[in-house]
Amino acid sequence: MPAIEILGLEKIYSVGFWRKRAKRALHPLHLSVEEGEIFGFLGPNGAGKTTTLKILMGLVFPTSGTARILGMHLDDPRMKAQIGFLPEQPYFYDHLTARELLTYYGQLSGVDSGQLREKVGDVLDQVKLTDSANVQLRKFSKGMLQRVGIAQAILHDPKIVFLDEPMSGLDPMGRREVRNLIENLKAAGKTIFFSTHILSDAEALCDRVGILHRGQLRGVGAIPELTASVHGNVEITWRGTKTPAGIRTMFLECHATADTMRVVVPENNQEVVLETLRREGLRLISVIPVRTSLEDYFVAQLGKPEKMESVSLGT
Amino acid sequence: MNSRIFHIATNTFREAVRDRVLYNLVAFALLISAAAVLVGQISIHIERLVVINLGLTAVSLFGIVIAIFIGIGLVSKEIDKRTLYTVLSRPVRRWEFIAGKFFGLSGTLVVNTFFMAIGVFAALAYVSHHLVAADLWILVALYFIVLQFVIITALALFFSSFSTPIFSALFAFLLFIIGSFANDLRNFAALTHGVTRWFATAAAYLVPNFSELNVIAEVAHGATIPARLIILNSVYVAVYALVLLSGAVLIFERRNLK
Amino acid sequence: MIRSRTITAVAATTLLASMGASIFLVRIIDREHPTATLQATLYISSPKMLKRLSLGYEGLLADLYWTRVVQYFGGIHRHGGGQYKLLWPLLNITTQLDPHLIPAYEFGGTFLVAKPPNGAGAPQQAVELVKFGIENNPSDWHLYYDLAFIYYDMKDYRNSAQAFLRGSQLPGAHPFLKIMAANMAQHGGDLATARMMWTATYQTTHDDMIRANAVAHLRAIQADAEVTQLDQIVQIYHKRTGKFPAGFAEIVSVGLLKEIPVDPLGHPYKVEPGGNVVVSEPADLPFLNKGLPEGYVPSIVPKLSPAE
Repeated sequence: MPAIEILGLEKIYSVGFWRKRAKRALHPLHLSVEEGEIFGFLGPNGAGKTTTLKILMGLVFPTSGTARILGMHLDDPRMKAQIGFLPEQPYFYDHLTARELLTYYGQLSGVDSGQLREKVGDVLDQVKLTDSANVQLRKFSKGMLQRVGIAQAILHDPKIVFLDEPMSGLDPMGRREVRNLIENLKAAGKTIFFSTHILSDAEALCDRVGILHRGQLRGVGAIPELTASVHGNVEITWRGTKTPAGIRTMFLECHATADTMRVVVPENNQEVVLETLRREGLRLISVIPVRTSLEDYFVAQLGKPEKMESVSLGT
Repeated sequence: MNSRIFHIATNTFREAVRDRVLYNLVAFALLISAAAVLVGQISIHIERLVVINLGLTAVSLFGIVIAIFIGIGLVSKEIDKRTLYTVLSRPVRRWEFIAGKFFGLSGTLVVNTFFMAIGVFAALAYVSHHLVAADLWILVALYFIVLQFVIITALALFFSSFSTPIFSALFAFLLFIIGSFANDLRNFAALTHGVTRWFATAAAYLVPNFSELNVIAEVAHGATIPARLIILNSVYVAVYALVLLSGAVLIFERRNLK
Repeated sequence: MIRSRTITAVAATTLLASMGASIFLVRIIDREHPTATLQATLYISSPKMLKRLSLGYEGLLADLYWTRVVQYFGGIHRHGGGQYKLLWPLLNITTQLDPHLIPAYEFGGTFLVAKPPNGAGAPQQAVELVKFGIENNPSDWHLYYDLAFIYYDMKDYRNSAQAFLRGSQLPGAHPFLKIMAANMAQHGGDLATARMMWTATYQTTHDDMIRANAVAHLRAIQADAEVTQLDQIVQIYHKRTGKFPAGFAEIVSVGLLKEIPVDPLGHPYKVEPGGNVVVSEPADLPFLNKGLPEGYVPSIVPKLSPAE
């Protein structure tokens, strides 16, 4: 049983003064996430990532379609006890201290009152907020609020953690810490579903990703499989500084040193270039494929015209 | 379920108490009680009268202002500022949230009234030099004032469940004013005919009856309030609040939180 | 470049100076302000409308209007008295808002009846006011006392006696009411009755102004009695000597009096050429019936509370 099953979730808003115009935030979405994996939900701003998360959290009601989390309905309290949620740019009760907030949330999540105090202390440790535990939240910096947000999402030891833009507003140190945290959560057997528009974070953490653009799923699968579909480049190095005329137009990049020539050409042109070099009698040093990044895939995907069906490559 | 409502209520109480707006209003009301002592010296005979009238009126009016503004903040502000997202993603049902907020705010207002009442009694003791048995009826007047607060809180919650903070405050305040005329509305309805009569009667009965809940003038003159009236009004307020809270739950259950 | 210290100094000085100027201007405007019209003073002249608008807080509003009654009366009074045109409307509003405000009825009973410059001179309105009070406070005997007093002042001794009688039948009524019920019927116009009435008022009221009013009446009664007595002595002198004395010094020298008589305020009595005894300062004894000098017209400057 998948941890998260999204079955055709769709959301259309009625906008305009008379609520007559329809604005489609989400095309029918089909997606599933397995237990124990880190799934990245990617897309530019306004793609519908937050809308999807809000529907899963029961904050917004879908126009059609359903979803199941841990096999249970979205409004099932037993299910909610096993998930944690960090919204984008969180804001909490101003006048509570971090400790008070976490205690309150723990009570709402049904954490056993005997263990509550200890758990709150543990989780404050985990996010490195122990020193500010008794400071009122209105005095917290953005980064600190983000960490409190993560704390409240994992306090009750949920099976699945949903994070909306968890790195937003953090400096590089903070981002490193959050990344470590997410890895630790995975090591503890949890499922992580997080949305972001920063591809490097996804590349570093995710087992699988899904790409959302204008409410449509444009690709889902493990990163290597996705990037493999995009034709990459190859870096060719040879001795000498001679560049045969016929292939110069293929050079994406070109570096000359004292006695070597290094160029980058599209994969397709690899054979032609190597053949030309051999004919010219130039001594080949190395042929190295340049890894396609997720960004390349991203740009390639988003450049294509929109399709009505979601595309699924790989699992 | 019960413990969740209790936790939401206590958290609401804590939030309200730490919000310094509350202190300013309470302090102001206490100040007015002190002023009552001075005003009463116009005519020696009526110092006691003025202290009770001014003190209780201050408690009532300030309490209503507090009830409206903090009540509005409860739901609207939480939606605006997205504090609600992390609450509702937990095993908390939406109706439990409304119930918890209601009890939390009602509790806050009761405690508030308690402190303001101390100010009134202190002023009274200072003026009369001793308290008489008739002064116990002031507690009844205070109880009725708390009943007013309960309705205002329910009104504020109801409107916050679907409207913006400003309109919610406006509607709640308007209904307080119209509700103070409830008795007059009924008399007026009896004098009219046809469609007007229908509308006026409907309005007279639908609107919260604040006119019955104001017994300050009676208590100031030492009149007694029959127990039957106290019980009837308590039940009325409970039922009316239930109407409003049910409405709030109905609306809130279906609301998309932007 | 302006230094920040200079800016602070200039801003602070400007603040203080403007504040002083605004206070000064308020005082000037206040003085220039013409006497308010009836409507303006009352703001809303309909008591019923006012009661509705008070949203259930009419007790407090009544207290506020009561303070305005006292200030209104005291204000006009201090500046020489007048006709107190607003007294009735203000008292009407006050009692409509709070029918149980007993002091208002007593105040109205006294000062609505009294003639200008001491009061509004509107006895009918006084009766209406107190009757409204009785309607709403049927077991308060003080109100019957007030009503009886109003009728007495109007010289309607029969109604006065009746009011005393009805009041005396209420539980807790002062025994004085029973006595006066009987006395008023027989001797309404007597000086002794007057003395009893005003003494009772002086002793029972809590209101300073009403008490001062009673004192003034008592002084006048005293002076009236003394003038009557002194008139007789002057007649005796006339019989003996065949002429009227120029002053009381002559009467003393003849042995008819031990010393020069003085009125309750300490001013010596005088004798007019026609033989009438008069007071030397009629203005100090506002309610005097006898002993007023020939052609004396009471000025509009009452002195209800001269130094005692």
